[in-house]
Amino acid sequence: MLARDESPLKQTPLHTLHVARGARMVPFAGYEMPVQYPAGVLREHLHTRENAGLFDVSHMGQVALRPKSGRVLDAALALERLVPQDIVAVAPGRQRYAQFTDANAGILDDLMVANFGDHLVLVVNAACKADDEAHLRAHLSDLCVIDSLGDRALIALQGPKAETALTKFYADAAAMKFMDAGPRRVAGYDCFVSRSGYTGEDGFEISVPAVHAESLASALLENSDVLPIGLGARDSLRLEAGLCLYGHDIDTTTTPVEGALEWSIQKSRRHGGARAGGFPGADAILAQFEKGAPRRRVGLRPEGRAPVREGAALFPDATSTEAVGKVTSGGFGPSLNAPVAMGYLPSSLAAVGTSVCAEVRGQRLPLKVAAMPFVPNTYKR
Amino acid sequence: MTTLFTSDHEWLRIDGDVATIGVTDYAQSQLGDVVFVELPKVGRSLKKAEAAAVVESVKAASDVYAPISGEVLEVNDALAAEPALVNSDAAGKAWFFKLKIADKKELDGLMDEAAYAKHTA
Repeated sequence: MLARDESPLKQTPLHTLHVARGARMVPFAGYEMPVQYPAGVLREHLHTRENAGLFDVSHMGQVALRPKSGRVLDAALALERLVPQDIVAVAPGRQRYAQFTDANAGILDDLMVANFGDHLVLVVNAACKADDEAHLRAHLSDLCVIDSLGDRALIALQGPKAETALTKFYADAAAMKFMDAGPRRVAGYDCFVSRSGYTGEDGFEISVPAVHAESLASALLENSDVLPIGLGARDSLRLEAGLCLYGHDIDTTTTPVEGALEWSIQKSRRHGGARAGGFPGADAILAQFEKGAPRRRVGLRPEGRAPVREGAALFPDATSTEAVGKVTSGGFGPSLNAPVAMGYLPSSLAAVGTSVCAEVRGQRLPLKVAAMPFVPNTYKR
Repeated sequence: MTTLFTSDHEWLRIDGDVATIGVTDYAQSQLGDVVFVELPKVGRSLKKAEAAAVVESVKAASDVYAPISGEVLEVNDALAAEPALVNSDAAGKAWFFKLKIADKKELDGLMDEAAYAKHTA
């Protein structure tokens, strides 16, 4: 998960805070990011599931899409040219998961889209943000001003005690529901708050002006229920939650249907829908809704204790010589106290309960296809 | 008994012609929380620098190389049940395996405690 990059690393507005708290900093998507703090990945993971964790996700891209007409509907219709989701139906104050697709039906990036009433706000992956902004400018500049919100930090507050921790600084936190999003005053700062995250837990993502990021993060961390959490635990938490990591579980070689993301494509954009198609790769993607995809992203539970990691080849049994798929994310799930993985298998082997094998260090290890999420999510709907 | 160290952060406790091998406290601190240890089979003949064991943390898998050549006499089965011993007692209860030393000359290139302390400083 740790992409190496030789170019000079950028720092987030919380860099000083990470170093002061003893974080081990690593290069990730062009940024120097905390992979773990002295508590370690295991404790950070469990603390987030039991209490609350604070994650610096300021490396992610935040982009405003402002309709030139002043009507948010025009921005939504414009964005629908690039994503297979129903953006028009995202009500003011709400947010939705989406993907940028390409002409080959692959996925260029996955993102969150929020309707802020008179414009849209997008959150995209760090490694893709320059390409995503160029993509938006190239295709939507006729209808929208694409406004990079590079002067904002992004803090995720996740876990069962996140609501209480945030309420101290934003009194109406409890009134928000899963995927509510919009501008809010938090600790007196002009923030954007969404009730969402990347851990499977209830929680919030708070976009804050960069100059106030350290002040807000420090204030939240004064609560002893809140610990800073690094990228290591972020990865194990999202894996247990069955959530895709772009560049690993989904990329330009996987379609949204192969990626088991059909749930994220509303009926209005499918065949027979009010605005069917009209996004890159629509023909191939919508055909997969009818005919099925040749392969599918599945959850995998190794039967032994050995983690099966990204890149491990998957076989239908212990002896066959031809690999039929591969693991795209894998590791140890601290909440399950067991290894977990996800990967791609032919659709004929993708049913829950199917036994397959992975090759690890020359040995065939048995795994079972398992339902995701591996750990039930606790979103406040 | 002498304890020797490798630049790959393994320790060897030498008792006659038997070496007990584990990873150092420094190594475990770098690895993070250990969740799985794979040990060599008893009776396997290891060549120096050959991958002998695997330590897995939540994040990543790391190989443990045979610091010297020799036959595996015994492995520490307690690590299968309790991999976290590597974090709590790397230099003691979390020994990995015992080797019958094939060639004592291979010990010459290893570090003593003072040299290893400098190596990790």
